[in-house]
Amino acid sequence: MDVILFLVFAIIAVVCAINVVVQTHPISSAISLIGVMGSLAVLYLLLGAEFIAAAQVIVYAGAIMVLFVFVIMLLNAGAETRKGRSFMVQLLGVPLLIGLLGLLAYFVQRLYLPGVTVHFGGFRGGTPLDIGRALFTTYLLPFEVTSILILIAILGAIVLARKEMD
Amino acid sequence: MTEVPISWFLTLSAVLFVLGVAGFLFRRNIITVFMSIELMLNAVNLTFITFSYQLKRVNGHLFAFFVMVVAAAEAAVGLAIILTIFKNRGTLNIDDVDSMKN
Amino acid sequence: MDSFIVISLIKTVVVFAVLLTTLAYLQWVERKVIAHIQVRPGPYRVGPHGLLQPVADILKLITKEDLVPPYVNRPLYLLAPFLAMTMALLSISVIPFGPQIQVAGYRTYMQLTDLNIGVLFVLAVSSMGVYGIALAGWSSNNKYALLGGLRSSAQMISYELPLSLAIAAPLLVSNTLSLRELVERQAGGIWHWNVLHGPFPQIVSFVVFVIAGFAETNRVPFDLPEAENELVAGFHTEYSSMKFASFFMAEYANMITVSCMATLLFLGGWVAPWPAAYGSSLVPPVIFAGAALMALYHGIHPARRRDRYSLPVFGVVFLIVAAVFLLPMVQSWLLPLFWFCSKTGALLFMFMWIRGTLPRFRYDQLMGFAWKFLFPVAVVNLLVTAFLVAWFS
Repeated sequence: MDVILFLVFAIIAVVCAINVVVQTHPISSAISLIGVMGSLAVLYLLLGAEFIAAAQVIVYAGAIMVLFVFVIMLLNAGAETRKGRSFMVQLLGVPLLIGLLGLLAYFVQRLYLPGVTVHFGGFRGGTPLDIGRALFTTYLLPFEVTSILILIAILGAIVLARKEMD
Repeated sequence: MTEVPISWFLTLSAVLFVLGVAGFLFRRNIITVFMSIELMLNAVNLTFITFSYQLKRVNGHLFAFFVMVVAAAEAAVGLAIILTIFKNRGTLNIDDVDSMKN
Repeated sequence: MDSFIVISLIKTVVVFAVLLTTLAYLQWVERKVIAHIQVRPGPYRVGPHGLLQPVADILKLITKEDLVPPYVNRPLYLLAPFLAMTMALLSISVIPFGPQIQVAGYRTYMQLTDLNIGVLFVLAVSSMGVYGIALAGWSSNNKYALLGGLRSSAQMISYELPLSLAIAAPLLVSNTLSLRELVERQAGGIWHWNVLHGPFPQIVSFVVFVIAGFAETNRVPFDLPEAENELVAGFHTEYSSMKFASFFMAEYANMITVSCMATLLFLGGWVAPWPAAYGSSLVPPVIFAGAALMALYHGIHPARRRDRYSLPVFGVVFLIVAAVFLLPMVQSWLLPLFWFCSKTGALLFMFMWIRGTLPRFRYDQLMGFAWKFLFPVAVVNLLVTAFLVAWFS
């Protein structure tokens, strides 16, 4: 059961991620990216991270991607126009990426022997209670720093997007 | 076999990360490039959560949480920058935004 | 294990059959309410008092030509109504309607499933609902539809903040994210409901929640995405037949979800306003008997010719219902269901009442109201609640 769930959602995630890269129209890419985020949320549930799964859908799919879709619609951005791109990218890009993937996969396979497995319910420490407790004790300073970061981001966004002062 | 090897999760994360890098390198639309960055961040989050499962500790979840917060802040500022670029130059192609080059 | 699957299947079928029927009849109720606000009879011809009007509407919508304009973005155009509908119906799966009951020897909850992140689940699903509208507006390739989609996504993002903050305050008081536990902590009568319960009554966040809920469901006075006198029909201009109907059903399903959430978070869910020892179990029979007497009286003095036959029948039906509420064997599950449905129904009536009363906002007023009034109020309310909860615990 766990394997079937993993395979189904992993395949959805990979297909959607390929779609993000392949589609020429930004809104198709955005929809595919939402698909990736949704299937990753299911995989988080499989790993026992219920709060992060909910936050993934609320924050990523429900807020950040809505903002992306909103901007795409606002700018009415058309499909990407193909232009002459540099020779090096065409020649080296794909082989280097495959090399990177191979390297990562090699390290993963070397470091993790098949003994370590995941089954649903194997880790129950991801409830909102646990997250909140860790957030307000061990990670209190980083948490406060992120709130300042968000404040700065709000100010930055307002300054950038404001109309020109007359 | 009813249990998923943990290396599958990490391999999936690697695949998603590499796809994000591919989008970042090959695409010319600035919004799609930005979305590829989000894809990479998502792949990293999956790794954090997987490690958290393996170590049976909650710390990885908190890192994923902070990544989400930073991604939200980044999206707000980044999209404001994209809006400004489009307002000033009328294009979303990153090859056309090259006034620093000359 | 097998009985669990069978029970879950039965519950799913029952809940969705009831939900879909309610969706169809909510439309009828709304037309009747608006009609009576405007002093006219409303749907009256199809069946007694227009009770078969929903069936006629559904037949009409199904048999209409399903038109796909040639200039739309086809995949997204077809995906949008499906997405809106799915996301609207999904959140009903975690809503509890009543306590644990015993049916034919099996103990089960009147709820499809209880998640310990139930509140977050509803928030997550409802935040995905905006894509249905935004994509419908974009893929129609029509400037009115696009404007509707743009307005709706901006409105949804803005009003989601006060909505979430208003939800957070009662959660601080109740100290749980599971919807069932939320209700169980409010047991014992109206003074224990979150809307009135100390240390800090959540009346402010209840009002904020309801206002933001109106905006999230695109209802009057926040129905700018489909403002018909400026945007033709907004995001669903290009939709016809069942695709059009699914946007409507999604809107009504969202209304039901918002009302259910308000009931569970603030109004004590299925808990009676005062304990059964003081006679709260006699309220439903009295209400139904009163309704029966009214119907019989108006049947004897009919305002219209048909009322002479239809209203006495209604009166007898109401009397039978009142008698059923007095049977002790069904009271254990019928009374909680009655209280839940009456609270939710009162909120749904408020949706319709306000639609019949208030004019629409201007767009800048809409945004200004969210950011300059609702958001600060919700933040201050959350802060005060947090301080008081920490102080008294």
